[in-house]
Amino acid sequence: MSTAVSKLYPYLFRYRHRFAIGAVFLVLATAINLLAPWVLKLAVDALANRLRGTVVVELGTGLSLGFYAVLLVGIAVAGGVCRFLMRRIIIGASREIERDLRNDFFRHLQRLPLAYFQANRTGDLMSRATNDLAAVRMMAGPAVMYSATTVITFAAALGLMLSISPSLTLYALLPLPVVSVAVKWFGSAIYRHSEKIQEQLSHLSAIVQEVLAGVRVVRAYQREQAEVDRFRIANLEYVSRSQSLIQLQSAFHPSLALFLGLSSLVVLWIGSQHVIGGRMTVGEFVAFNAYVVMLSWPMIAFGWVTNMLQRGMAAWQRMLDVLEVEPSILDPKNVSLDTFPDASAVRGTVEFRDLTFAYNGREVLSHVSASVEPGQVLALVGPTGSGKSTLVDLVPRLFDPPPGTVFVDGVDVREIPLDILRRAIGYVPQEPFLFSETIRNNVAFGASGRSAHGSLAVEKSVALACLDTDIEQFPRGFETAVGERGITLSGGQKQRTALARALLTNPRILILDDALSAVDMHTEEEILAQLRDMMQQCSSIVVAHRLSTVRDADLILVLDDGRVVERGTHHELMAMDGLYAAVHRKQLLEKELDET
Amino acid sequence: MSDFHDEVLGKAYDARLMRRLLGYLRPHTRVVAIAISAIVGYSVLQLVQPYLTKIAIDDHIATGAIEGLDRIALAFFIVLIGSFVLEYVQTYTMQIMGQRIMFDLRMEIYRHLQQLDLRFYDRNPVGRLMTRVTTDVDTLNDLFASGVISVFRDVFTLVGIMVVLLVMDWRLALVAFSVLPFIAWVTHWFRRNARDSYRSVRGWIARINAFLQENITGMATVQVFCRERRNYAQFNEINSRHRDAHVDSIFYYATFYPAIELLGAVATALLIWYGGGQVVQGAVELGALVAFLQYSQRFFRPISDLSEKFNIMQSAMASSERIFGLLDTPVAITSVPTREAQQLNGRGHIRFENVWFAYRDDDFVLRDVSFDVAPGERVGVVGATGAGKTTLINLLMRFYDVNRGRITINNVDIRELSLSELRRRFGFVQQDVYLFSGTVRENICLGHDEITDVDVRAAVASVHANRFIDQLPGGLDGEVAERGATLSVGQRQLLSFARALAFAPEVLVLDEATSSVDTDTELLIQEALHVLMADRTTIAIAHRLSTVQDMDKILVFHKGKLRETGNHRELLTQRGLYHKLYQLQYREQEGVQTESPPLSEPQAAGT
Repeated sequence: MSTAVSKLYPYLFRYRHRFAIGAVFLVLATAINLLAPWVLKLAVDALANRLRGTVVVELGTGLSLGFYAVLLVGIAVAGGVCRFLMRRIIIGASREIERDLRNDFFRHLQRLPLAYFQANRTGDLMSRATNDLAAVRMMAGPAVMYSATTVITFAAALGLMLSISPSLTLYALLPLPVVSVAVKWFGSAIYRHSEKIQEQLSHLSAIVQEVLAGVRVVRAYQREQAEVDRFRIANLEYVSRSQSLIQLQSAFHPSLALFLGLSSLVVLWIGSQHVIGGRMTVGEFVAFNAYVVMLSWPMIAFGWVTNMLQRGMAAWQRMLDVLEVEPSILDPKNVSLDTFPDASAVRGTVEFRDLTFAYNGREVLSHVSASVEPGQVLALVGPTGSGKSTLVDLVPRLFDPPPGTVFVDGVDVREIPLDILRRAIGYVPQEPFLFSETIRNNVAFGASGRSAHGSLAVEKSVALACLDTDIEQFPRGFETAVGERGITLSGGQKQRTALARALLTNPRILILDDALSAVDMHTEEEILAQLRDMMQQCSSIVVAHRLSTVRDADLILVLDDGRVVERGTHHELMAMDGLYAAVHRKQLLEKELDET
Repeated sequence: MSDFHDEVLGKAYDARLMRRLLGYLRPHTRVVAIAISAIVGYSVLQLVQPYLTKIAIDDHIATGAIEGLDRIALAFFIVLIGSFVLEYVQTYTMQIMGQRIMFDLRMEIYRHLQQLDLRFYDRNPVGRLMTRVTTDVDTLNDLFASGVISVFRDVFTLVGIMVVLLVMDWRLALVAFSVLPFIAWVTHWFRRNARDSYRSVRGWIARINAFLQENITGMATVQVFCRERRNYAQFNEINSRHRDAHVDSIFYYATFYPAIELLGAVATALLIWYGGGQVVQGAVELGALVAFLQYSQRFFRPISDLSEKFNIMQSAMASSERIFGLLDTPVAITSVPTREAQQLNGRGHIRFENVWFAYRDDDFVLRDVSFDVAPGERVGVVGATGAGKTTLINLLMRFYDVNRGRITINNVDIRELSLSELRRRFGFVQQDVYLFSGTVRENICLGHDEITDVDVRAAVASVHANRFIDQLPGGLDGEVAERGATLSVGQRQLLSFARALAFAPEVLVLDEATSSVDTDTELLIQEALHVLMADRTTIAIAHRLSTVQDMDKILVFHKGKLRETGNHRELLTQRGLYHKLYQLQYREQEGVQTESPPLSEPQAAGT
């Protein structure tokens, strides 16, 4: 726990000046706050004395009461200003810390490898960056502020009360520790029950999710009523779990009020006797009452703050679980910038040297060797799950290949700075990920910082990808937003956008991972024809389902279950009359059928 | 039908919505009555406490009479206990009522979802619908459980204090009230600005979520294009704007509370200045003044509470708008029978008459399709992907209604039958077998109690599913783990066959699985299919032509049209579409499953 806390210190330390100034105002605000009942005491005493006729200066009456009135307002103004500043500075600092933490969390995520995101759910990571972070902020800001106020108020009010009447203070304080214990007990019990309710809520969600996703079966077998019944049971369980929480919550506030009320009762009962016995003035009695009310707040806050700290620590630990994951794919330790001063120095030769790669304990690729030179095309074909995508993912190190297996320009990719390696690669995945921005921004996604490299204009790469006519038809053209609130692109349009995005970077190595599967055959041929010039300049690795795509490749690897089962050019493979030839014949028929 | 957007922040108060929401209170009038009495009682007791202080000061402290104090202390104690009980009763009843209303509302939404047609589901993602049932309902709970009631309590307390003050001393009361206009103004100022900054915070947090979501799912793309730094800069920007929005809202909160307290202090000061003078002149008793001071402190608390309720109201309105939007979505495919079930004689005679259908607009998936399936006939439907085969089933089972033409079963239009009357005639075996969490048995019976253990066992045995089920831990009553993840594709197929058979349907509707299974299971499945189809009208969407070869009739679909009809031999001799498909098919088997030649065409194995 303590080590976890220490990892939070740097964030707090960064804002130490603010916290210090905030602390000054906190002390001032609390102190001024405590003055008010004292002024009230003086005012009431002045009144009472006058009633008894001890002071008979008739003229001064209005004036001295006016003085106390002004004093009260003055105190409220000063206290208000201090409290305003205290809140603004301390809570403001906690928002800064929240921002810093979220930025760092995000930056850390950016360094984690693809495998991490496949193993962890997006929703879970997001909840750490939002819900957990909120709890951490509560700990760093409000919890700190309230505990300080609590301690100071408690100590000072106690001192003032003792100065008025030590015995009454003792009596009045008797019920208060119970309040603290009660707050703490209720707090954790409520938390516990809330967790159980949350659990049932996710069960409820699971049922809804399951049934809505399987709506066809539900309808076909008229399972609707059975489902409604099942849902009712879960719903009832949710209500009954909520019921026990409600009992707790309903008892919580009244219990506090009861114990705090007991304090007031003691003050009223014993205090009155003190006043009558002449051991206390009326003013002191009134002020004492006010201080008891003031003390109740720290008592409530104490329990509350403890829960806030507990929850904050648990949340911080959950954030640390992510923050402490070491990024496994890193820049090489000793970077020699001689070989690759920047991405343009990469020629583009790619070589797989007896590559065997296992993922999650399963061998996905075994003993794959192949190489491709600039101007050449290496094609990968084979059934789904044969390892084609994994093979191309290893080149930009989305997964890390074992040392000495994947080379670019004869250098192990693990020895090339990530930045330079990846900038040299134009990568088009099968299911491209587009961002909910304009088409222009999506195409220009990888463009920045490559000026030395000479980047194609957005328009040109869009034309190369045969997307220009599509874009012309959009009402807002290049400025059309993609996704949710803009135009939803078809699968083929998405793929072509992703292609344009990769082309724009003028890559030395072009990777097309079944990148045109959703584009119709005619357009695909057109695109490939347009790319011919460009592909003369770089090395291309093309994964394809449609064999027409790879006809002209310099080398075709047929993969099955991670192994190269056939290799050669189209003609060689056709002559071999194996798997490749069989698939080829099938696809010809399909094409014929499609044209019927 | 409308799509429901999640990020709409509406008004804080909408009379139409509020009236409809309050309608949900109606079944709980007794509980509401109890809660309101408790609130009234509680508020009165709250008013008693300062008054007891007044009596203590005026009647005892001022006069020095010590003997009556015990009674005041006792009264105080009774007030404390009374407050405790009443507050408990009030909170408890309201919260329980809130839960009951939420229960009803959840059931209502869920039941409605069970009736909406598949077009609705095509348009609304499951995640969004789930939010309606869970998050949105919970937001409303806040309104019922705390919002409505505490507003009532605050208002009641305010009015109570005002009345007591006026009765005790109307001049002092007016002095205390003199700050009220300022309080109203400050509260209004705060409310307006707090609402705006609350909206802005919500907006930015939504942006943060969207950005995170997008960047986490698209992290590979970000990394491959070396966009880490720029996306970080973008994130930093959104993140900082979010902080700014919060800092803005801190300003309003940090101003509001001290301002209210300042006004409270002004009221106290005025009371001391003016009231003190009155006391000196003997017009007001000292105790009354002290009581006034205590009352005025209690006076300002409900006002600041009231403004806090604003956010609750606002999100409740937004949620209820979304919920009612869903509840108001009309059920397009209803179950109102216009024909008596008795008229539905026959054994599964199905006819499609000039059926046209489009999922969207005029994008027709089926064009002028007509065919007839005689009772007991076994019909296979083939065609390339996208030919409209699955749509046939969707229409036959009325997941969707036809755009033009009609479908009849036993010479009755399916739209004239109740949905259950129609659907119980079909045994539906789906392409991707959908298993529910629960036991194997539950997945076969699907909640129909009339299916006995004997039926289940018979069904399981007929399709040879008993072999693997017996080996599962718990057998028939073993849990199906995570949607059948532990079962193989073939086993899930067999299970769905058993499911269909247990229902003893008039018509078997089969959407064959495309996924390949191992040879042994394939044999089992073929055998099971024969059992299923025996003596039963069957419509089978086939991806493997081997399945349809011995069907009575084969319908060949292409691009939404019925192109060829006939049996296997007839169609082959036509040398048309079916012939092409057939060739394609066995090449595929040759290509992909080199180790297992097609079962029914041994002569095709050699190349």
